[in-house]
Amino acid sequence: MRQAGFVAALLDPAQAVPQGIQNPDGSPAQKRFDVYRNNVAVGLSDALEVAFPVLRNLLGDAFFRAMAGVYLRRFPPSSPLMMHYGAQMPAFLRRFAPVAHLPYLPDVALVEIALRAAYHAADAAPIDATALAAIAPDALMGTRMRLAPAVQVIASSHPLHAIWRRAADPAAPQPGVAPEAILITRPQFDPVVHPLAPAAARATQALAEGRTLGEALAEGGDALDLGALLSLLLSQRAIIALT
Amino acid sequence: MFDHSPAPLPALPGVGYKPQHYSAIIADAAPVGWLEIHAENYMGDGGRPLAQLRHLSERFPISVHGVGLSIGGEAALDRDHLARLKHLLGWLSPASFSEHLAWSTHDSAFLNDLLPLPYTRATLDRVCAHVDQVQETLGRRMLLENPSSYLAFAASEMSETDFLRAVAARTGCGLLLDVNNVFVSATNLGTSPQAYIDAFACDAVGEIHLGGHEADADEAGRPLLIDSHGRAVADPVWALLAYTLARSGPRPVLIEWDNDVPDWPVLAAEAGRAADALALVRS
Amino acid sequence: MSTTTKTLVIASAVATALAGLAQTATAQDMEKCFGVSLAGANDCAAGPGTTCAGTSTVDYQGNAWTLVPAGTCATMELPAAMDGTARMGALEALDRDLPA
Repeated sequence: MRQAGFVAALLDPAQAVPQGIQNPDGSPAQKRFDVYRNNVAVGLSDALEVAFPVLRNLLGDAFFRAMAGVYLRRFPPSSPLMMHYGAQMPAFLRRFAPVAHLPYLPDVALVEIALRAAYHAADAAPIDATALAAIAPDALMGTRMRLAPAVQVIASSHPLHAIWRRAADPAAPQPGVAPEAILITRPQFDPVVHPLAPAAARATQALAEGRTLGEALAEGGDALDLGALLSLLLSQRAIIALT
Repeated sequence: MFDHSPAPLPALPGVGYKPQHYSAIIADAAPVGWLEIHAENYMGDGGRPLAQLRHLSERFPISVHGVGLSIGGEAALDRDHLARLKHLLGWLSPASFSEHLAWSTHDSAFLNDLLPLPYTRATLDRVCAHVDQVQETLGRRMLLENPSSYLAFAASEMSETDFLRAVAARTGCGLLLDVNNVFVSATNLGTSPQAYIDAFACDAVGEIHLGGHEADADEAGRPLLIDSHGRAVADPVWALLAYTLARSGPRPVLIEWDNDVPDWPVLAAEAGRAADALALVRS
Repeated sequence: MSTTTKTLVIASAVATALAGLAQTATAQDMEKCFGVSLAGANDCAAGPGTTCAGTSTVDYQGNAWTLVPAGTCATMELPAAMDGTARMGALEALDRDLPA
């Protein structure tokens, strides 16, 4: 028996059980092979369910479960680290015709992937806020900030944070029409989801790329409230170095 | 050959560590004397999982149990994954490292299940080469665990006990004897669990596993037990543990409970039963 | 914006941010175990036996896909054209109404 044939039959129930796989009496096995088919399909579906709880809320259990069955066969894990399983979900959702009318789903999936990445991201001690206070006003414009490894910005052309809240809590307000980004921070151990206006998202992205405060301000444009953004980043222990 | 390993696991009950039990374990872990973790869950870069593990490792001997190395795989071992393991074992310096006689990766797809192997000479050569590579890379002896079997291979040329004995003899690795797996496999394949224990290389056993299983049946109505780790250890498995300990002597005994994980007192009570079984062979 | 103006904007933003920093994030529980902390855990248990989940697939390619999403998305009143094109005009004005 070659393992390639075993895997092909595992993932495709329409295929026959590979030759040479037997019941204790030597007859060809069927249900015993199905134990493995089931373990793999259920194990990976369960993993997707706990990885994408908000998508599941949005789509409903039955739909999500069926979709997981399609996903896991197209994209089985590419690494033994199950903590990262589902990385292709945004791309999958973009092409999955039954959800074509819900174009915000890929962004929701990106947030869920980012949350897991943030949970497992490297620890990093935040700066003491007095270090920022000590920088001369003239030097601030050229100052760069290193953000904690857990910090992530998910930009979106949809009202992403409002969709996120509504998915978690049906009593939350109906999303508006303005696009919103999401900022993920991890003050200590638990990732936190924050709404971010597009201007603040652009500025944060610029800071994350190692650009200066002056450049981040330019990226944000007139709509940016830099004070509020810096306050959020400091209180979330998201800034770990000034250079 | 590998004499840099830290102190071995104590011959006490241990449990598979679940993060929801963290506070209970810190408060009072008795009668649990050591903890086992699944290696892959601690291969992130930081955060709560590693903080918890660092803290626990200051108080308890830790056993690292890998579930993703695919030692029985036809392809070469995943070098990136081996490097991650080496890193984890390097900073944690655990009392034990174990993996499975199974495969789970093919053509870079990880199937998240422990898939079965035919016991042939070709499989034996491949598994021995992989165990050698793991032990050389990690610089320590590993334990290899007997799997749960649901089916048989026409191609098998030797028994599982002979296969594992040969791996241990050729590579110098130790064995992890999962007594529930023995019971599950023997029931599923219509053989005797006691005969399996009698034939097992008990002197190579560095650790024993226990876990709960579910009962099902195959298409002919024959019993088909599933190694679900989702309930208490079954009574006949406790009896098989006593039978095993009478031959092996005291060994570290782990309770595995991975699905429908109970509150700590239920898990601690299972560990208490293992402590009772160990006390019987010490007296 | 001139360089001087920019410098002033940034300096005042930093001052605002520091002034508002009275409370620090409280220390988080080492235990707390839900949500992402449970996502993607490896274990060595088998699934729930021989139920049909592994032996039936919904054939997405073959017109057998009859399910429709039926979760919160069904009660979410988003504009008809969720591809963003229909709303483009109104977006910039609303931008500044959001918290930064």
